[in-house]
Amino acid sequence: MKPKSLVDINDYNKDDIVRILESAARFKANPNSDLLQGKVCATLFFEPSTRTRLSFETAINRLRGRVIGFSDAGTTSSTKGESLKDTIMMVSNYADLIIMRHYLEGSARYASEISPVPIINAGDGSNQHPTQTLLDLFTIYETQGTLENLTITIVGDLKYGRAVHSLIQGISHFHPTFNFVAPEELHIPDKYKIFCDSKQIRYREFVDFAPESIETADILYMTRVQKERFTDLMEYEKVKNAYVLNNEMLNNSKSNLRVLHPLPRVKEIDQDVDDNPKAYYFQQAKNGIYARQAVICDLLNMEYHE
Amino acid sequence: MRKELQVAALENGTAIDHIPTEELFKVVSLLQLQKIDHRITIGNNLRSRKMGKKGIIKIADKFFREDEINRIALIAPSVSLNIIKDYEVVEKKEITLPDEIVEIVKCNNPKCITNNEPMKTRFHVIDKEKVILQCHYCELKINKDEIELK
Repeated sequence: MKPKSLVDINDYNKDDIVRILESAARFKANPNSDLLQGKVCATLFFEPSTRTRLSFETAINRLRGRVIGFSDAGTTSSTKGESLKDTIMMVSNYADLIIMRHYLEGSARYASEISPVPIINAGDGSNQHPTQTLLDLFTIYETQGTLENLTITIVGDLKYGRAVHSLIQGISHFHPTFNFVAPEELHIPDKYKIFCDSKQIRYREFVDFAPESIETADILYMTRVQKERFTDLMEYEKVKNAYVLNNEMLNNSKSNLRVLHPLPRVKEIDQDVDDNPKAYYFQQAKNGIYARQAVICDLLNMEYHE
Repeated sequence: MRKELQVAALENGTAIDHIPTEELFKVVSLLQLQKIDHRITIGNNLRSRKMGKKGIIKIADKFFREDEINRIALIAPSVSLNIIKDYEVVEKKEITLPDEIVEIVKCNNPKCITNNEPMKTRFHVIDKEKVILQCHYCELKINKDEIELK
């Protein structure tokens, strides 16, 4: 049975992921339709996130669904002390589906347990953001023609990066090989290495952004190294420029390589990479619309027909 | 030498023996003994051949449900639990950690929904031997020595 809500990428098994990605490809080919006509979707953003909210709302609007909601908890009853439960119970009276972002971790799981309508987690604190993972997977699938047996190099903050951890879990069904490139302070947590070992996934760790990690890759997934993550600022100063990608570094990369980034980017990808056909982060962000259309329609049991 | 009981014998009820002395009052609170009317004898820092010092709790005419006694496994998995009838031990119970723990433990993540909403906490026991819990909501892992009771 397919899950009723999407809270965590691990709620979806391999078949669920494949079903969503195939559906996202159909939405990309034909993003405008009246599939959601007569449906009301709520976007409850207890914490602002303009990029994610606009992507969801575009996904819904292009299918002629209606959107209600708020973009900042400051305008809602939660500032008057209303519990999350009461807000969810009220909104589920109005909407067919709830998309929520909340600063508290576990909030979406709790909402999915009490809500009579499906919940999509659009980020719960530093915990999960599964539609980001699905759009990453869709972009990998789209650019490589497959998800199977790819070499994925992940660069930057591998310790705290939520997108990174979910991507590792999401693609683990498809026999990847990982190169983990990160400074000592932000290296991949043991629990993900144990996870890879348990699934017989090969991985290598690099402290330097070595040419080899780029030249062997099918996907180069860049992330931001944030100053506030460092306990030792000297250490930050030492490494802050060590994980920056520039165009020249892509010279010996494979022709099918694509560079992805969950955005926002700061300095970790030089602007001179933007014009390289291997740069794919803006198209990746656009793919968020189609991945979200696929998830919304899947949870509402709306089948897409040509 | 005259054998002398350190704590008065129990006619009927439950005796929890071999409690590590530092965990005794946690066991009291886990079993919510402050809320029951039964006659309770608590001994602590008693001599023990096995442990050096130990705590013991005897509760007259009270027999706990499995899920109640299994809570003890969270903090003191090595206690012995004896069911007494007519001054005789009629049953020795093993205590085992359940797969899931609802309500008793507090999540250590201040940003967890369970610390900000009037709701029950829920943990999955992911390692029964080492006693490692994982919050069902925020997914934080909690080791045995970090467990805080609600």
